[in-house]
Amino acid sequence: MKFTLPILLVAATVGLMVVALVSAGQAGGTVGIAAGSAISGLTPKASTPDQGLTNFLVDVQRRNWDRAFADLAKSSAPDKESFIQDWIGSNGSLRSFSNLESFEPRPMHANDNDAQMRVRLHWTTPVGPIEDVRDFQLAKEGDVWKVIWPKIQTLNVPAEVIPVTYLRWDLVTGTASEDWGSKNIDAPHVRIISMNAVDSAEGVVVMGEIVNEDTIPAFVNVNATVLDGSGKAIDDETSFDKIDHVLLPKQVSAYRIDFPNLNLRDVKNVRMDTKASLVPASADPVIGVMNQKVETDPQGKTVLRGDLMNESGQTVNIPHVIASFYDNNGKVIWVSDGYVDRALLPQSSEPFAVEVPRSLAGKVQGFHVVVNQYSLGRS
Amino acid sequence: MLRTFLILASLAFSAATVGLSAAQDIRVPSSIAAGDEATISTTGSGKATFYLIGPSVSRKNDVNLGEEIKLQPRDVQIAGNYLALVCSGECRSANFYVSPAKPAALTFLVHPSRVPVAQGDAISGVAFPFDQFHNLVLAPLTVNFQLSVSNSAMFSRQVKTQDGAAWFRTSSGKSAGAVQAIATLNDVSTRRAVQQVASDPCNLRIKGERTKTGLLLETEPVHDCGGNIVPDGTIVTFTANEGDTRSTVDAPIKKGIARAQISGTAAATISVASGVVIGNELRIGAK
Repeated sequence: MKFTLPILLVAATVGLMVVALVSAGQAGGTVGIAAGSAISGLTPKASTPDQGLTNFLVDVQRRNWDRAFADLAKSSAPDKESFIQDWIGSNGSLRSFSNLESFEPRPMHANDNDAQMRVRLHWTTPVGPIEDVRDFQLAKEGDVWKVIWPKIQTLNVPAEVIPVTYLRWDLVTGTASEDWGSKNIDAPHVRIISMNAVDSAEGVVVMGEIVNEDTIPAFVNVNATVLDGSGKAIDDETSFDKIDHVLLPKQVSAYRIDFPNLNLRDVKNVRMDTKASLVPASADPVIGVMNQKVETDPQGKTVLRGDLMNESGQTVNIPHVIASFYDNNGKVIWVSDGYVDRALLPQSSEPFAVEVPRSLAGKVQGFHVVVNQYSLGRS
Repeated sequence: MLRTFLILASLAFSAATVGLSAAQDIRVPSSIAAGDEATISTTGSGKATFYLIGPSVSRKNDVNLGEEIKLQPRDVQIAGNYLALVCSGECRSANFYVSPAKPAALTFLVHPSRVPVAQGDAISGVAFPFDQFHNLVLAPLTVNFQLSVSNSAMFSRQVKTQDGAAWFRTSSGKSAGAVQAIATLNDVSTRRAVQQVASDPCNLRIKGERTKTGLLLETEPVHDCGGNIVPDGTIVTFTANEGDTRSTVDAPIKKGIARAQISGTAAATISVASGVVIGNELRIGAK
């Protein structure tokens, strides 16, 4: 009698562990690291397209490349190195510093032998969470579903010499004299050329464009303080990464400042403050923004798509796109930004897409895109 | 500061209450320049204590009444009001003013350090004369301001200082380059430089041609309205509209010309802008 309760508790614990191990692999909806099985030998059989894709993505998430590669259909037969590089990134790209946090598979089409799934991939990155949507084809091999991996187009950059008239500004701090007035170099002249404050789903957004009117590069930051009816400051924020901070002479950048959880009707006035300082800078690399077009993506969202073309001979590790959208009066009505998770190799291009809010999509008459770039080992 | 004030107040009080009927007297010079030697004469006889209190000195020593008290140059280096006191049972005091010595340095501030050409009242400068002990010389003095570009005079003006400052304001010149600004006062002069830079681009024009892969676009040499070459590194934005797609390149000017390559084979309308300045439009047919 005295052993009954302990035996019952042990039995219940073991039963719950078994249930947990088995049910986790069959979870629907948002899965991610909770999906699959905690013990590799207990991976559920890929008897459905959903389970086949889930098993594959769990292996990718765990960076278990041998198993992930084994989850691919025979017809794929990709190069294993390219396959791994596609997931973990290369050349110091944003993907190299990212982790697949979770994923949400959704069936698009399925029959007895093949299926199409759309997956929303949630990545954690140094610049914040990034969402990626990817379509997968699956095929049934025997009684299991396997992922068909498309042939990877490896970017081949031809060996060439690209002459560069290296244009760069350096700062020299004078040392000759301590005389009053002998060392002054004025900060660069920058000017806000437009500003607009709107309500959005997340709060108040202050946005516009700023130009460097000077003949030297400027490191720019835009701050905004929102005031209530009595002139009292409610909140102040900066443009943070929603601006191209280093503006070369006559360069124009969009900026956007978010005030979450604030309503525009509570705001009476907005005080803008720009801070510009001298900064060493380089005029290279030049990045072209090609084939820009506003269109609807497969999820029904309005996006501005295009291709970034690196016209220089340097690798751009993390390109960052900032787009301003105008109405028919030329007023900035929205600013969107997005990071490209693949490095931009010399003389090559990478696609990008930034979202336009559904409510503004019909009003967009024009747009302007600037590309901010982060390159390892360079300022 | 407080201690000096208390000493000063107590000594002044002693002098006022006790000294009026005393036999000794003290006589100070009517004017002393900073850093000059000076003497204070006393009358009477016997031992006394001498106090000197000024902006940067607080000194006490024994003196013999009837003899002159020598003030060393270091005692009166700082311009301002001084109090001399002689006490021997009773105290006598006298005030004197040390004025700045002759100008030895001219501090010259010029603003801005960079200025676009042909801007009205864009350059300003202010000069402050100081003596060798860093006293601001308040007496009216004539400062000669001269601005020149490449050894040709651009501006010259003689200005009298008011309360130790002389200033000017003038327009920037028409040519880009370094402006030498010189402020001269007697044999003292100070030199500053202002960089005159090209103004906004003017008549921004582009030309383009089709290549195998797209369009090769370049500007004509980019000048401002005064004919000055716009500095290298200035961004020129090329925009190609092909149907409902658009391509843009922000290209820096190098050696006076900005170049860009834009891919595409369809007929395109090309426009160009630099900052808020818009250039010509170009239409290039399909390949």
